[in-house]
Amino acid sequence: MNAAAPALIAQQLCKQFRRKDEAAVQALAGISLEARHGELTALVGPDGAGKTTLMRLAAGLLRADDGSLTVLGVDVGSDPQQVQDRIGYMPQRFGLYEDLTVAENLELYADLRGVSAAERAKRYPALMEMTALGPFRTRLAGQLSGGMKQKLGLACTLVRSPELLLLDEPTVGVDPLSRRELWEIVRGLVADQGLTVLLSTAYLDEAERCSRVILLHQGKVLSQSAPPEVAGLASGRCFVATPSAQQSARALQARLLDQADIIDAVPDGGRVRFVRGTGAAAAGAIDDVLRGLAVEAVAPRFEDGFMMLLRAHANREPLQAVLVTRPIAGRPDDAVVQVQQLLKKFGAFTAVDRISFEVRRGEIFALLGPNGAGKTTTFRMLCGLLTPSAGQLRVAGADVRSAPASARSRLGYVAQKFALYGPLSVIENLEFFASAYGLRGQRRRERIAWATQQFELADQLRAMSAQLPGGYKQRLAMAAALLHEPEILFLDEPTSGADPLARRAFWRRISALADQGVTIIVTTHFMQEAEYCDRVAIMDSGQVLSQGSPAEVRQRASTLARPEPSMEDAFIAVVEQARSRANASGTAPPVAA
Amino acid sequence: MKAWGSKLRRIRALVWKETHQVVRDPSSIAIGVVLPLILILLFGYGLSLDVRNVPIALVIEQPSAEAMELVAGFQLSPYFQPRVLRSMPAAQQQLLEHSVDGIVRIPADYSRHLGAGDAQLQLIVHGGDANRARIIQGYVGGAVGAWSARQQAQGRAIASAPVKLQTRLWFNEADDSSYFLVPGLVVLVMTLIGGLLTAMVMAREWERGTLEALLVTPVRSDEILLGKTLPYFLLALVGFALCVLSARYLFHVPLRGALWVLLGASMLYVLVALGIGLLISAWVKNQLVASQLTMLVTFMPAFMLSGFLFDLRSTPLVVQLISYALPARYYVALLQTVFLAGDVWSVIVPNTLALAGMAAALALGSRVAMRKTLE
Repeated sequence: MNAAAPALIAQQLCKQFRRKDEAAVQALAGISLEARHGELTALVGPDGAGKTTLMRLAAGLLRADDGSLTVLGVDVGSDPQQVQDRIGYMPQRFGLYEDLTVAENLELYADLRGVSAAERAKRYPALMEMTALGPFRTRLAGQLSGGMKQKLGLACTLVRSPELLLLDEPTVGVDPLSRRELWEIVRGLVADQGLTVLLSTAYLDEAERCSRVILLHQGKVLSQSAPPEVAGLASGRCFVATPSAQQSARALQARLLDQADIIDAVPDGGRVRFVRGTGAAAAGAIDDVLRGLAVEAVAPRFEDGFMMLLRAHANREPLQAVLVTRPIAGRPDDAVVQVQQLLKKFGAFTAVDRISFEVRRGEIFALLGPNGAGKTTTFRMLCGLLTPSAGQLRVAGADVRSAPASARSRLGYVAQKFALYGPLSVIENLEFFASAYGLRGQRRRERIAWATQQFELADQLRAMSAQLPGGYKQRLAMAAALLHEPEILFLDEPTSGADPLARRAFWRRISALADQGVTIIVTTHFMQEAEYCDRVAIMDSGQVLSQGSPAEVRQRASTLARPEPSMEDAFIAVVEQARSRANASGTAPPVAA
Repeated sequence: MKAWGSKLRRIRALVWKETHQVVRDPSSIAIGVVLPLILILLFGYGLSLDVRNVPIALVIEQPSAEAMELVAGFQLSPYFQPRVLRSMPAAQQQLLEHSVDGIVRIPADYSRHLGAGDAQLQLIVHGGDANRARIIQGYVGGAVGAWSARQQAQGRAIASAPVKLQTRLWFNEADDSSYFLVPGLVVLVMTLIGGLLTAMVMAREWERGTLEALLVTPVRSDEILLGKTLPYFLLALVGFALCVLSARYLFHVPLRGALWVLLGASMLYVLVALGIGLLISAWVKNQLVASQLTMLVTFMPAFMLSGFLFDLRSTPLVVQLISYALPARYYVALLQTVFLAGDVWSVIVPNTLALAGMAAALALGSRVAMRKTLE
C-alpha cells in the first residue's frame, strides 16, 4: 500500500434513501473528498448534511448508489469485510453490551478482532490508563455515566490499533468534562501513534483543532481545507461590541441578528461577537445599532468562517423571534420559581442534595452540569413529575406538592428527546397537544395558527414528525409546549446534537420569549450557550456548586494563570475543584447511570 | 487453518458474550425457564377436555329403595354432582338456567314397572356443547348400567337383561385428556420460547445499537447467527427438559417411545423455532413488534392448527393444507406418537425429515437475510 495515498478517497459518491410515502432523499449528491494518513480530519455540517451516511458508507454498512469510495486502498462496495477487518468504527450510539462489565466488553472486542494474549497484556493497561476506566473494570457497562460509556466505546474500537478510525459524533450528549477527556485521548492517538482519524462533530471548537475540515451541507461538500483557511474567510469582518450599561448582551445580540447583513452574532463573555457581511447597502442599519458602543476588531475564528460558508450556500435559516399573543401578567421581578432545600433520594442514592435557587419572571436560567449531576431530576420535580423527598418548591406561586395540576397548567415542558408522536403528522401533533391542554373551539384554532406561523411549521404540516429533520422537530416540540401560553418554559437539553444554525435560531426565539415575560429554565451541554442566560447554576453530584450571572460565575473561577476564563473553563474548574474536595474528604462522587 | 481458528475464536467470544447476557438478564431466563413452567402448569391443570363433576338433577318422583340406590351410585361417581329434586318442573327450571347439565328422571311408577320388567328412566341433557352432551350421555348410561348390574347380582330379577356398557379407549385408558394435551403442550412451549428468544435478542441488538458496532469488526454474519443460536438452543433444551419432566411426573403421561427419539426430534424442532425467530428479527428491528409477530406467526398457528387441540383429519381441506406448512404439525405428530404410542417409525421418519428440511431452509433463509448492512 502506498503510504502517501489518502486513507479514504470518495469520488462522485452518491447515496439516496427512499421512503415509502415520499420522494427519495438525496443524502449524498456526488461528493468527492479525502482523509489523509496520520491526520485528524473533521466532518462538520448541519443536521441532515450526510455525515452519518458517509461514515456508514465508509464502514461498509451501506452501499453507495454511484461513484467510488476507497478505504485503505480497498473498494468498500466490493469488499466491505476487508475494510471492516482493518478499521475501527464508533457509531453515534456506541452499542455497549450493558449486561457485560467494562473488562468483558473489552474482552469481547479483543476476541472478535483476534488480539493475542501477549498483545492484550500490553494493550489493556494502556487503554485503561488512557480512558481512566481502570477502577471500573468490574462495573457493568450499563451503570457507567454517559461520558464513561463513550470512553469505553472508544477503547473497544481501539483494542487493536485500527488503520483508520471512524468516529461518528463521539461527543454528542457528553458533558464538557468528559468531552475534553475524550478529545485529549483522540488527539493523543493521532499525535503519538500516528493514527488516522475521521470524525464528525457538531462542536466547531473541536473541528478547529483538526488538521483538515470537510464541511458538508445537504449532501454536498462546501469546503475541504485546513481550519485557518476557513477562519480566514471571515478576516476583517469579526468584531466584538460591548453593550451599554442599560442593555444586556443578549438584547444587543438579538438586535444585531435581526439586521440583514449580519452573518453571525453570539454573546461572548458579557459582550457580543459578530461577523459583518459583504453588502454595503445594509451597513448603515448595523452602524445605527452599534452607535455609541465600543467596538473592536478581532481575529477570525473557525466558527466565523464556517458561518460565512453556510450563509453563502444555505438559504438563510430563519432567525425569527417569537411574539407572544397575550402579555404575561405580574411584575417582571417576581420570583416565579422558588426552590429551597430541595432533596430527592432514590433509595440510598441522593440525586438532588438540598439545592436552593430562585428564578425571576422573564429570566433565562440555566442548569449546567455533567451527566448524572441531577439536572433532569430537578427538572422533573419542578414540573411536578417527581415528588421531592423534602424541601420547598413553589412554581408560578403554587406549591407543586399540594397543587401540582394548577401549577402544571402554567408551565410548558420540552423533554430531552422531544416527546412528539412520531407516526402523527405535524398538524396532528399540534392538535393533540392542544386537546391535551384543554384548548377548544376558536381559541384552539387561534393557538394552532399562531404556533404554525411563529415557528414556521407551515411547509411541512402534513409530514410525519418522525421523519422531520432535527431542527424542525425542535421547533415543533417548542411550539407544542407553548400552545397553552405557559408562563414558564422548561427545556431539557434542547440543543443536544443540534447544528450551529439550528442552535442560533433556537436561542433567538428563547431570547424573544424571555423579553416578553416568559420565564425560561434550560439545561445544556454547550457552555457558550450559558452566555445567553441571565443566571446559571452549575450542578454536580446533586449539589449546586456555583450560581449567579454568567459574568459572576466566570469571575469566581478566574485564577492568576487564567484571568479571563471562558464559561467552559469556569465550568470545568468548578466541577473539578468540588470533586477533588469530595475525594479528599473521602466521599467519592457517585456516578449515576 | 488459521482462518478457521480465528473463526472459532470469534464464535466462542460471541457465545460467551450471549451466555453472560442470559445469566445476567432475567428476561431471557424468564422466557426460557419460567415461561415453560408457567405454561405447562397453567395449561396442564387448567386446560382439560375431561368432563368431571357434572351437575345433574335427579328427579325422584316417589322415593324407593331402588331409586335411592341409583342416587347413591351417582353421588359416589367422580363424574357427577347430583342434586336430588322431587318434581320435574323444578329440574327443568334448573336446566334452563344451565345450573345443571342434565336431568335423570325416575318416574313415580318406576318400582312397579321394574317388577314388570319394562322400567324406564328419562334422561335429558343440555345439548349446548354437543361433545360434552355426548360424554354425559355415556356417563349416565354407564352409571345406570352399573346400577342395574348390581341389582341383578343381588338377585332382584329384572326381566330384560341389563345392557352392559364397557368402553375401552385406545392410548388413553384412563380417559385422561392430559395424555393427549401434555405432549401438544410441549410443542407450544418449545415454539414460543424458541421463536421468542432469538427474535427478541436480535431485535434488542438492533434497538440498542450494539449490532452496528459489532458489524464493523472481522465478524461474519454466519458467526453472528451461530453465536445467537447456540446459547439459546441450550436454554430452550432446559425448557424442554422441564416440560418432559413435568409431563412424566406431574401429569403421569407415559413415555412409550425411546428417549433419544424424543430428544432428537425436539432438538430439530428447537432449531426450527430458533430459525423462525432469527428470520423475523432480520426483518423487524423492534423488540415489541418482533415479539408480537413471533406470537402471531408461531404460537397461534401451533395452538390452533397443529393438531394439538383439534384432530386435523376432521378439519376442512384448506386448513389441512395450511397445516402442512406449520412445523408444529410435524412435531405434534412426533410427540404424540413417541409419548403415547411408541416408536412407530412410519410416523417418526417422515415427520422428522419434514422438520429437518424446514430447519435447513430456515438456516439458509436467515443466512441470506442476515447481511452486514443497515439497509
